[in-house]
Amino acid sequence: MSYIKKPVARHPSLRPNALGLTIRDYEGSMSTLCAGCGHDSITAAIVRALYELDVPPHMLAKLSGIGCSSKTPTYFVSGAHGFNSAHGRMPAIATGANAANRALLYIGVSGDGDSLSIGLGQMVHAMRRNLRMLYVIENNGVYGLTKGQFSASSDIGSKSKRGEANTQPPIDPVMLALDIGATYVARSFSGDKAQLVPILKGALRHNGFALVDVISPCVTFNDHEGSTKSYLYTRKHQLPIVQADFVPPAAEIRAEYAPGTVHEVRMHDGSTLQLHKVGPDYDPTDRRAAWSFLSERQRSGEIPTGLLYLDESGSDMHAAAKTVSRPLAQMPFEELCPGEAALRKLQDAYR
Amino acid sequence: MEPTNIKDPAYFHKVVDCQWACPAHTNVPEYIRLIAQGRYADAYLLNRQSNVFPGILGRTCDRPCEPACRRTRVDEKPVAICRLKRVAADLKGELGDRLPRAPAQKNGKRVACIGAGPASLAVANDLAPLGYDVTIFEKAAVAGGLMRSNIPAFRLPAAVLDEEIGMILAMGVTVRYGAPITSLKALLAEGYDAIFVGSGAPRGKNLEIPGRYDSDRIHIGIDWLGSVAFGHTTSIGERVLIIGVGNTAMDCCRTARRLGGKDIKVMARKPRGYFKASPWELEDAEEEQVEIVVDHEPIRFVIEDGKLKGMEFQRYQSREENGRLAQTPLDKVILPADDVILAIGQESSFPWIEDDLGIERDKWKAPVVDKTTFMCSRPGVFFGGDAAWGPLNIIWAVEHAHQAAISIHNHCQGVALTDRPKWGMNLASTKMGLHEWAYKNDYNPVGRQKMHHVDLTRRFKELSLEVELGFDAEQTAREVERCLNCDVETVFSEKRCIECDACVDVCPVLCLTIAPGGQEKELRGRLSAPSVNPGQALYASGALPQTGRVMLKDEDLCVHCGLCAERCPTAAWDMQKFDLLMPYAGKPTP
Repeated sequence: MSYIKKPVARHPSLRPNALGLTIRDYEGSMSTLCAGCGHDSITAAIVRALYELDVPPHMLAKLSGIGCSSKTPTYFVSGAHGFNSAHGRMPAIATGANAANRALLYIGVSGDGDSLSIGLGQMVHAMRRNLRMLYVIENNGVYGLTKGQFSASSDIGSKSKRGEANTQPPIDPVMLALDIGATYVARSFSGDKAQLVPILKGALRHNGFALVDVISPCVTFNDHEGSTKSYLYTRKHQLPIVQADFVPPAAEIRAEYAPGTVHEVRMHDGSTLQLHKVGPDYDPTDRRAAWSFLSERQRSGEIPTGLLYLDESGSDMHAAAKTVSRPLAQMPFEELCPGEAALRKLQDAYR
Repeated sequence: MEPTNIKDPAYFHKVVDCQWACPAHTNVPEYIRLIAQGRYADAYLLNRQSNVFPGILGRTCDRPCEPACRRTRVDEKPVAICRLKRVAADLKGELGDRLPRAPAQKNGKRVACIGAGPASLAVANDLAPLGYDVTIFEKAAVAGGLMRSNIPAFRLPAAVLDEEIGMILAMGVTVRYGAPITSLKALLAEGYDAIFVGSGAPRGKNLEIPGRYDSDRIHIGIDWLGSVAFGHTTSIGERVLIIGVGNTAMDCCRTARRLGGKDIKVMARKPRGYFKASPWELEDAEEEQVEIVVDHEPIRFVIEDGKLKGMEFQRYQSREENGRLAQTPLDKVILPADDVILAIGQESSFPWIEDDLGIERDKWKAPVVDKTTFMCSRPGVFFGGDAAWGPLNIIWAVEHAHQAAISIHNHCQGVALTDRPKWGMNLASTKMGLHEWAYKNDYNPVGRQKMHHVDLTRRFKELSLEVELGFDAEQTAREVERCLNCDVETVFSEKRCIECDACVDVCPVLCLTIAPGGQEKELRGRLSAPSVNPGQALYASGALPQTGRVMLKDEDLCVHCGLCAERCPTAAWDMQKFDLLMPYAGKPTP
């Protein structure tokens, strides 16, 4: 970790966004992760996405559990709300927070341990409820904080730093999300911001649960030869399938693609996601086809990346539960808790 | 774009903007660090190596380093490099035997220097320790040249001059005072092995307009300053007009203020922004309630009954057209004056160089001097300082002197003048521990410290009272922290890079980019942040091992915080201290 603060000196050509904030205003404190950690690159991508989307820091809630990944919310947007929960329990906290204040934008940052081991049951229910949030899994296939044991996302045959091969099958969060019915499913790589930033922007504008699984190499315990989550391995096996272009509301769509190679999806806030096929023929709106395509490709050792599945028509948790449109957090106490007489009247209605 | 050749000393030298801008290439960041450590004598001696007169220059330098300072690109104002130099000079204490000395055994070669100004003194400084017998011929009764006669004592106290000139004279250099050279032919006949002309630009320019010779109250600026410096002039009228707005004009108006001038006007032909005076000298003059009148061109002196009454001016209206000044004449006005001082420039003058000495002249009759060797067409006769190509400043005179001394040494030792020692460099890691460096990499946002001045009433009473008080301990402690350590370089080794983006992500000024290679011009359009200063280098690596892309660094805004190196997992980035090794006469680089 660095002992100095990041210098306040700025590049003179930094442009403020619609809120008058520069990208530097979306930073957090200095990272204490290992130098070269993929998580720091994801943090930088989140910072860029939030800056470009003009997100007001006080309207953002950052949540996480336990692990290296779960430290990262500290490293972006110092001015946002934050909650560092118990191990694997971030989805429950996010659900509660979202229920109470639907006006905020929610970013959950988790890792393969926090989400795929101890918190697996938590995560899938947040997906199932279509909780409106960006859920980032910083996936490095290793337990870094406890010195390098295999995690639930370690591939069969992937070698530990000491040379032992993993024998247990991995849980793939992308396949799981497609199975459970998540409405925004993406996979990317910390070393590929050109792909990752638009995916994060689309996820932040998605009306429901957005899972973004990011391969994020652990430089200390999982960047050696024989690892399937190293920088080099990921670069060699990454197969970009769909490139997402995020077009904000009322902005002109500039990129033009050959007919039949692009899907345009209107997001609920009026922005547009252009999903451009860069790999083999693939339809990111067909869940079943996506599932079989991905499982086939992954069996052959490739790592398909991009915005893999999107369904903007689903109902989020609030719509399904028919809650009031006004955030509960903004209601006066008397309205939230109308008193004993009102309770008795309600109970009488069930007698 | 080819990978940058960082083995060329010029590459990182250019990154050290102050050192690059300094004619004498003073190692500014290193001496500022020495001051920060309280090692004032070391800081002084490091300065002295390149600029010879740290105490004098710490008060009077034209500071080409400061506008170049990297700090101006990320902060409002440059590091107060010049005033920190003065701190080193003021606090250096006893230097004892650390100054260069002449050897007991001379080398038998005799060198004559004409004029005891900064150029000749610096030549003597370089040659005397090598065993040369140096004799300086000076027309005045004291040494210092324009540093003594033209820079008022309230800016440069005599004690500072005496001390630093004394260090050179103590090496056994002979000065013949009151000995103006009236014939170069006669001097050549004395059989010196080499002659160095450091006679400066002693002739103030005249203003040939009606009435110029009809009054004795019209003065040539540099002559008048000299006459004040040597005590011949002790008063002036209440209403004074200074013609011209260069640094000499600033010295004239401030001196006039101390000799009894009440209503002092500096008359400028052009508007603000076109003045030759340094901004800080203008500021100091205006602090002393001198009025600067713009857009006035002098057309005649007004003389009545043989007495100077004032001056008539043509007024102009100024505007900028296509980035150039355009002036339209308005009316004419007469401003009253008791004295007028002409400060419109100065030039060299060589009435004492005979035509039949084989010294080639240019169309202005000035000797033609070689830009590299500083020798004229007659072998063994060298020029430097203002005498070489007209008025510059002290720090240029010093650099001329270093180069001329190398030539004189070669000439006397029978080596070709073009066979000059090369520049060298040292580049060594500053890594001390996990995230510890041999320099302080923490950026301090503190603003430039303001120099404190003696209050106005006191300074007007006492002609020689130094106006600037110098930085106090707290100011010094803050100012040294503003230096960005531009000599601690980010050095990249592509073999180690795993392209994790950590350096690109952490850089506070977005100066790093990993991108597919290309031509420099086109690459400059694909950087993490726009390339706003094409004069600053783009540092390019070779192909990176994993993807074949290249690492690019726009040197322009780097604050040398070292975070790229701290966040690099493979030590592909390292912070290495660059030390420019400059050759001097008789001391080639190792």
